[in-house]
Amino acid sequence: MLGPETARDRSQGGPREGSFVKTALAVAHKDLLVELRAKEILLAMAFFAAVVVLLFAFAFTHEGRANTDATAGILWIAVALAGTLGLSRAFEREREGDTLRALLLAPAPRSAIYVGKLAGIVLLMLVTEACTVPLVSLLFDAPLLAAERLPHLWLLLVLGTVGYAAVGSLFGALLARTRGRDILLGILLYPIIVPVLIAGARGTEALLARPLDRATAWFWTELLLVFDTVFITVALWVYEPLMASE
Amino acid sequence: MDTPFDRVTARGVSKVYGRQRALGAVNLELAAGEAVALLGPNGAGKSTLLGILGTLVRPSTGELLFSDEPPAAWHRAGIGVLGHESLCYGELTGRENLLFFARLYSVARPAERSAEWLARLGIEHAADRPARTYSRGMLQRLALGRALIHGPRLLLLDEPFTGLDREGVALLRSLLVAERDRGAILLIISHEFASLVDLATRALVLRRGRLVHDGPAPLTADGWRVLYEEQGSSAARPAGAAGQTASPSGAGG
Repeated sequence: MLGPETARDRSQGGPREGSFVKTALAVAHKDLLVELRAKEILLAMAFFAAVVVLLFAFAFTHEGRANTDATAGILWIAVALAGTLGLSRAFEREREGDTLRALLLAPAPRSAIYVGKLAGIVLLMLVTEACTVPLVSLLFDAPLLAAERLPHLWLLLVLGTVGYAAVGSLFGALLARTRGRDILLGILLYPIIVPVLIAGARGTEALLARPLDRATAWFWTELLLVFDTVFITVALWVYEPLMASE
Repeated sequence: MDTPFDRVTARGVSKVYGRQRALGAVNLELAAGEAVALLGPNGAGKSTLLGILGTLVRPSTGELLFSDEPPAAWHRAGIGVLGHESLCYGELTGRENLLFFARLYSVARPAERSAEWLARLGIEHAADRPARTYSRGMLQRLALGRALIHGPRLLLLDEPFTGLDREGVALLRSLLVAERDRGAILLIISHEFASLVDLATRALVLRRGRLVHDGPAPLTADGWRVLYEEQGSSAARPAGAAGQTASPSGAGG
């Protein structure tokens, strides 16, 4: 039995299944719009990353000269720590108004929600990295902004960020409704993303070598691509059953 | 896909959390155009049943069917949920919230539909204010828009009248009656008995996870109260002793 409004529903938009891409875009757009209003996650991440870099700069500076060997590691540690802060807050936001439940009710594959959240977090992390890279370059006197190194560095950062956020978004969503989620996120996330951080740091190190070691940099870049593919594939596969297992 | 389903069936549906049985084996069939009130004391399993019907909670045993089909993503296109929380984003304006959910549900002409609903809900004047600045009643109206904007076939409402003023209750009742009359299935958890009169067509009572009463809706607020006291309260008599409603039928588990 459907009432007389059925015809009207057809023209005005009755229930329909959402497409994967449209749903993912809507979720990512919503996350960025919320952040644009709150300016909370981005500022916190950028500030935290800057403090981490600054602390390391003081710790690794001897007789007025920074230890350039540590540059790559410090950049990736700052990215990882700031990323955890962002992930935590992004899912805390969904928990506060129980809006994660509203997302899970959407008539699209739940993996589309995952991809939307992932895209939003990746973008926020990349903006943070855009602020962190010049700071690291300045404080460690590292040629990160050199024209022959910068494009490849960004490729490494994008791939590393995607791999990091792929695992982080999965655990962030899973832990959103559990107690002790902030502690659990770190405990679960870091052991899994260690390969991403190592590949990112080693690739960056190769880019900073004098002369530039492009072959090694590409090796780690390709490895990051493999990690991303594996992490995203597994996450897309397990997200739906895990989110429905309440 | 205009009609995701017109009937919802729960067969032997139960839910166990650890050692705690939240819901016994419930058998239930909800048909288009029914407005079903679900009563029961705290911990009776009402919200769990709502969660299962909304596909948010996976039953431990039994099966849920939408027009004889197991739940799939596209069935959720026909489900609307209104609960204790608004499920809206405080940083977004009322308009942006409705627009987002309209897009999420692939509603045609989402901007136009959002504007229509804001006007219909009487919150047009606050449409461009962040939802976090809304009063409890305004937020409940916005949540109602979120739940209805995609024209759901199954509306799951958990204490929908809470926080609304008299005008808000009247508006909500009129919208729910319209939804029922157009063929939507309504499942309403409410203890605002007066608001159920002339709205609900059927009454279910859950007690300790078991469906102990399933019959036509009482005609008066007192009738609802008597039904609840006889069947729903923890000191209730055994099933089958309902006041002025029909004898229990199809009681699950």
